[in-house]
Amino acid sequence: MAPQVPGHRFLQPQFLRDTARKYVFSSNHKVIGVQYYLLGLFAVGGGVMESLLMRVHLAWPRLPMPWLSTLSPIGAPGGIMTPEIYLALLTMHGTLMVFFVATTVPQAAFGSYFLPLQIGSREMAFPRLNMVAFWLTVLSLALLLSTVFTAGGPPTSGWTASPPMSALGSIAGPGEGMGQTLWLVSIGIFSIASLLVATNFIATTLKSRTRGMSLMRLPLTVWAWFITAILMAFAFTVLLIATALLLMDHIGGYSFFLPANLVVSGVLQRYSGGSPLLWDHLFWFFRHPEVYIAIVPGIGLTSHLLSVFCRKPVFGYHAVLYATAAIGLFGLVVQDHPMLTKGTNSFPALGLSVVAMAVVIPLVVVIFSWLATLWGGAIRLTAAMLFSLSFVTVFSTASVSCIFLAQTPLGLYLRGTYFMVAHLHLMMGLAAIFAIFAGTYFWFPKVTGRLLNETLARIHFGFTFVGCYCIFLPMYFFGLSGLPDCYATIKGVPTLAALQPWNVFITGAALATAAVQPLFLFNLGRSLLKGARSPQNPWEGTTLEWTIPSPPPAANFPGDPPIIYRYPYEYGAGSGTRDYIMQHELKAPSAPSKAAFC
Amino acid sequence: MALMLSLAITLITILFGGMLIWKHAWLPPAISTIAGPIDHQFTLTFIVCGLLFATAQVTVAYLVWSQRSKPQSERHHALHGSHTLEGTSILVATVLLVALSATSYQTWTRVHWTGPAPGALRIEVWGEQFAWYFRYPGPDDRFGPVHFNLMSDSTGNYLGLDRQRDPASRDDIVTATLGVPVDHPIELILRSKDVIHCFFVPELRLKQDLVPGMEIPIHFTATRTGRYEIVCGRLCGLGHYNMHATLAVMTEPQFKAWLLRMAAEQ
Repeated sequence: MAPQVPGHRFLQPQFLRDTARKYVFSSNHKVIGVQYYLLGLFAVGGGVMESLLMRVHLAWPRLPMPWLSTLSPIGAPGGIMTPEIYLALLTMHGTLMVFFVATTVPQAAFGSYFLPLQIGSREMAFPRLNMVAFWLTVLSLALLLSTVFTAGGPPTSGWTASPPMSALGSIAGPGEGMGQTLWLVSIGIFSIASLLVATNFIATTLKSRTRGMSLMRLPLTVWAWFITAILMAFAFTVLLIATALLLMDHIGGYSFFLPANLVVSGVLQRYSGGSPLLWDHLFWFFRHPEVYIAIVPGIGLTSHLLSVFCRKPVFGYHAVLYATAAIGLFGLVVQDHPMLTKGTNSFPALGLSVVAMAVVIPLVVVIFSWLATLWGGAIRLTAAMLFSLSFVTVFSTASVSCIFLAQTPLGLYLRGTYFMVAHLHLMMGLAAIFAIFAGTYFWFPKVTGRLLNETLARIHFGFTFVGCYCIFLPMYFFGLSGLPDCYATIKGVPTLAALQPWNVFITGAALATAAVQPLFLFNLGRSLLKGARSPQNPWEGTTLEWTIPSPPPAANFPGDPPIIYRYPYEYGAGSGTRDYIMQHELKAPSAPSKAAFC
Repeated sequence: MALMLSLAITLITILFGGMLIWKHAWLPPAISTIAGPIDHQFTLTFIVCGLLFATAQVTVAYLVWSQRSKPQSERHHALHGSHTLEGTSILVATVLLVALSATSYQTWTRVHWTGPAPGALRIEVWGEQFAWYFRYPGPDDRFGPVHFNLMSDSTGNYLGLDRQRDPASRDDIVTATLGVPVDHPIELILRSKDVIHCFFVPELRLKQDLVPGMEIPIHFTATRTGRYEIVCGRLCGLGHYNMHATLAVMTEPQFKAWLLRMAAEQ
């Protein structure tokens, strides 16, 4: 019996310990999933605010923002944003969005919560490892944010942290001293956390499936998380090593990435023997798979949701599965393609270009499957479905722009321009965020037991969808004009200054789109407190998470986890009032199915 | 909602397609011999990508609109897949992409697998945070050695030349503008003092990184006189946005006169 101390029961040590174990340092996959989601929500809020500040500066470079000088009296004289603040915002925006949103939410948040539920397990294979991974991610985020409080501020070398700039220390520019050190430590810790996530997801998928859940009966969401975990295991191992080496250069005076005879700000540096290209080679082992780490969970989720809301099986389950695996595989080997801009041998261009082009083929297979799933479906245009459809269109657009970048003569011109900014944002930014919205609208009733307001959700969708296209489509054309990315202003270059009216248009669209996002948060908060009670299976889904009460009980499944008898997309197979058969149902409720696929 | 979504997707497709068709409003004018094949490849890619893009978007819009109020009884039951349809989609995509790859590779070999023409004018391009310098070899056609310990912006010895001791350096001409004669092959040797920069002139369709510790050669022939911007295409620090210089393409006599003037200023 724990000792009682005087005071309110909330202050009792036992209560605090229990609360901490249940909601803070919990090893329960559902709690960790929600924690990851909240962390991602925090990061996306920060990332979007940073991008808005950048956009306002790009549209109106001389606009004073008086509060900016309060935040950073050295860097923003008179409230006018300086280039170093712009680049610090750029680095922080990229890092937050790539690592703490696009990598964290679709995989770690949704996966931690729903992977065990969808495969009929009570927990992840390594629950404590799951908890450690989450808290390492928190530590990593805290270290990243702490760069704001260092003397030089956050690093200014962007989220790709290319040496020599990132290796030289404060002589290379503001934020390149302590700010860059903390950034490297933060990303190193994030890499470790991601490796733990990858290990856990692979082990859980392989070892914790309930009886009858063969690999070919896994929902495509599970397959996507599994493939992403394998990609993470490769990509983050290399990133961890690369950041460790860069940290040694940065604070230890090593020369992995620094050649001899560097003259920085008029001072000859004492390094020798390294090459900045080594970083690019290593980093691209992370950077290209990272695009697919962000997007593959979205591919799985979209296939899953289109099937649910078209009331049809996924068209070509195996084709989508193998195409997704091929996307991951090609994603790993395309990495050396961009090296051609850096003076490496131009002769292997054919091989590299062919592999880069080959990625497009599985992308076409997946898109074709989505269109065929839509064809003849009884479409239910819920908010989750609307965001899935927007994922299809955004993903198709980004896949098309892959074809430009994969061709070496065109890619050479377009890399490092706004074309790349548009491509990257559509592929791993918007598509990932649309998948997050779709997943939220789809699974919120399961997590909370309440339904979200569909009207608010539709308004949110409409403005977000149109707004995002207005932001990013013109950027493709900026890139064709030859506008390089990372410019704090384009007014200094006469030939590019003609694009300025478009900059104002994009900023207007960004502000309007951002203004609608509180509606999403309001909907979440309001529905959590006052939303209509959700039935156990509001979308009439077939997978296992819909067989249990909402919110799910602590042990997930009352009694033994169910036995699986069928493939997960048995829509249009039932009879009577039900048009679906759930995975754990031996027979259709009123008539046997003739469409067993596996 | 279905109608609105379909209209929105269609409108986006039309706008984007229209912008693609007017590509010359976006691609800057081409002023080099390599720009022709690259622009031709751009045109081919615009056509293929435009078709794929429009097909995917319009199909989504059509399907959403056409299925919007379909009674449950009319839908297609339990269609799990079709090897024929899947195979056809793969085949069409493969044929299109292989064709594009082949023409793209042809362009690449024309641009990058050939050395500079004999008699090309060699010019060293140096990048530093946040300025460009260009070195011409002078009448002896030799670049003098670079002494990194002598590099100093404050004394004006930007490239660390020792004109007293190195005879080859005496006639080297260092400028802040890249002057080149029109219709004359040029070979650039790209070098960086400090961090990675990127030499980019959109009108030439020419882009290449400057990597410290490496000497990277590229070549081109400008076909139209005029003044164009050289910009830095890779994030190099807080003055990145301001790191630009002028490419002045001149007639042969103008170029000779300009170079003599620059030599006199050394």
